[in-house]
Amino acid sequence: MKIQGLPDKAGHFGIYGGRFAPETLMPALEELTQAYLSAKRDRKFQQELNYYLKEYVGRPTPLYFAERLTKKLGGAKIYLKREDLCHTGAHKINNTLGQILLAKRMGKKRIIAETGAGQHGVATATVAAMFGLACEVYMGSVDMERQAINVFRMKLLGAKVTAVDTGSRTLKDAISEAMRDWTTNVKDTHYILGSVLGPHPYPMIVRDFQSIIGMEARMQIRRAEGRMPDYLLACIGGGSNAMGLFNAFINDKKIKMIGVEAGGLGIETGQHAARFAEGSIGILHGTKTYLLQDDDGQIKVTHSISAGLDYSAVGPEHAFYHDKKRIEYVYATDEEALEGFKLLSREEGIIPALESAHAIAHLIKFAPKLPKGRIIIVNLSGRGDKDVHQAAKAMGEKI
Amino acid sequence: MGNGSRVMGQGLKTTKQNRIEEAFKRLKEKNQKALIPFITAGDPDLDKTGELVMAMEKAGADIIELGVPFSDPIADGPIIQRASYRALKGGVSLRKILGLVKDLRRETSVPIVLMTYYNPVFKYGLSEFVKDAVGAAVDGIIVPDLPPEEGRGIIEEGMKAGLDTIFLIAPTSTRERIKMISALSRGFIYYVSLTGVTGARESLPTEVEESVKRIKKATDKPIAVGFGISTAEQAKRIASFADGVIIGSAIVGLIERNTGNPDLVRIVSDFVREVKGGISL
Repeated sequence: MKIQGLPDKAGHFGIYGGRFAPETLMPALEELTQAYLSAKRDRKFQQELNYYLKEYVGRPTPLYFAERLTKKLGGAKIYLKREDLCHTGAHKINNTLGQILLAKRMGKKRIIAETGAGQHGVATATVAAMFGLACEVYMGSVDMERQAINVFRMKLLGAKVTAVDTGSRTLKDAISEAMRDWTTNVKDTHYILGSVLGPHPYPMIVRDFQSIIGMEARMQIRRAEGRMPDYLLACIGGGSNAMGLFNAFINDKKIKMIGVEAGGLGIETGQHAARFAEGSIGILHGTKTYLLQDDDGQIKVTHSISAGLDYSAVGPEHAFYHDKKRIEYVYATDEEALEGFKLLSREEGIIPALESAHAIAHLIKFAPKLPKGRIIIVNLSGRGDKDVHQAAKAMGEKI
Repeated sequence: MGNGSRVMGQGLKTTKQNRIEEAFKRLKEKNQKALIPFITAGDPDLDKTGELVMAMEKAGADIIELGVPFSDPIADGPIIQRASYRALKGGVSLRKILGLVKDLRRETSVPIVLMTYYNPVFKYGLSEFVKDAVGAAVDGIIVPDLPPEEGRGIIEEGMKAGLDTIFLIAPTSTRERIKMISALSRGFIYYVSLTGVTGARESLPTEVEESVKRIKKATDKPIAVGFGISTAEQAKRIASFADGVIIGSAIVGLIERNTGNPDLVRIVSDFVREVKGGISL
């Protein structure tokens, strides 16, 4: 299976993806596509992006051999791709930096974004501050409560944070509201979408800007081990950190890739965000993909302890690889994620984001079963400082 | 086909009716413009929706647009968002709305157009939906998150079965897109008056007239203008250069403010009559 050159010109990954957007946005999406394709070929643009990735974000991020965790789990060798060490504490800035350079190229004066956990919102507010553009971030009011620290960070960075009080008041509704804002202010505003979601060209652009993760990891693992890894592991909300790691390896057929969705309180409770476990194909927020929906095509409300995974749809490219069986999709529950959160903190001195803790949770189940010589790279997509209140609450600790 | 005409058996047939086209043609002969009120189906409940359709037709509505509620209405402002939420809470679904239209066809032949986001239709099954919609004598469908590029399937199925696929043109649409959409839209063309979501506005952009005239150069199809039009005064101005006026949030807001009021239907039809009066002069 050769999978280069995806998506096609209209943004399709097989039967998935595409551009299901209101007419008002269609010209802007085309403008963005053209701006991106021309920037991709423009050496100066790439140089500028690389400069900021190195000097501002702090790339390359380390590929760290987690020796104690490897011993503890007693199986495969575990490497952590340390996206948590990026400026602002997560991989999200790889994309926001690329997109704000595009916004400048298109002459846009104002930036908007949606955010779930607040990491994408912070990463957007950060680059907007750095380039001196006005910034407004939409965030569900439920998420604002559980990620209060990130709300304050965004405000500190000069962004306006607008609470979204409709629907489930989480990421899904924040995206809807950001799309409404964009529809209204499309002439001077660029919408920095934060994951491999939404209408074409977003899934492609976000994947490409995040692909630096896998490109670095390839070189780093070759240097460390003299060979390619056997497994790649990442958590999946929309799926940008997973696509970022996986993309550079996708044509190495021997390398197995696993995406971990949010199992919430368990699939049987209906309180989760495991789209591949219980979803079906549909259209949401501009793209065709796997969704959690009812029989009438109404979008279901999801649940996860981690706001960044708490979303009803998954990126269309993931849907494509799911059907092709190129990537395996599993889930970890809230409880298992908390175990991962605690384990990595104690064994390695790294407090992971609750999102990334889902990948660790699966590692706990999976690594011990593998022979000692095998190599796993886990994308540690973000740091857990933002989650300490939430985790303490779940663990019954008062702080 | 005035208020009194009935289709009875004929209305339930699945043959192509072209009622929308005929409605515009008839109005044109009389030098009149179409009034197209929008209400969210199932708000406050489906029975009331049926009563409202009948009353609005009597009050002068030429085509009726029924909104199919969706959980994530990205093209709608707060008023229709709230109406959708209420309707969904009341258990309304696309299937039930088709059932309502089928029932209404015993009493009225007013052209009925469904406005729905794409996912409920996709989940229903494209062919299945077109079959059932035509079976209920729905005349057309407007899908705000389905541009023609992604709509080939429904355009073809609709064309075969006689369901008009009505597409939108926006102020941001390029010349090429205006040409493409005008060619593919059937029944009429929906011109979005402003860059934004649905909802009443105090004033409308002055370029609307210019834009409509520009589209008219590309097509002979009727053009109805919607989004933001909320008063009889605004409707009158739009009707002076467009073929039809679509009023949504203003009516949905009226329904919201009068839910439970025994005079609800009368209040809505008075408003429709007032607007129709303004554009018929």
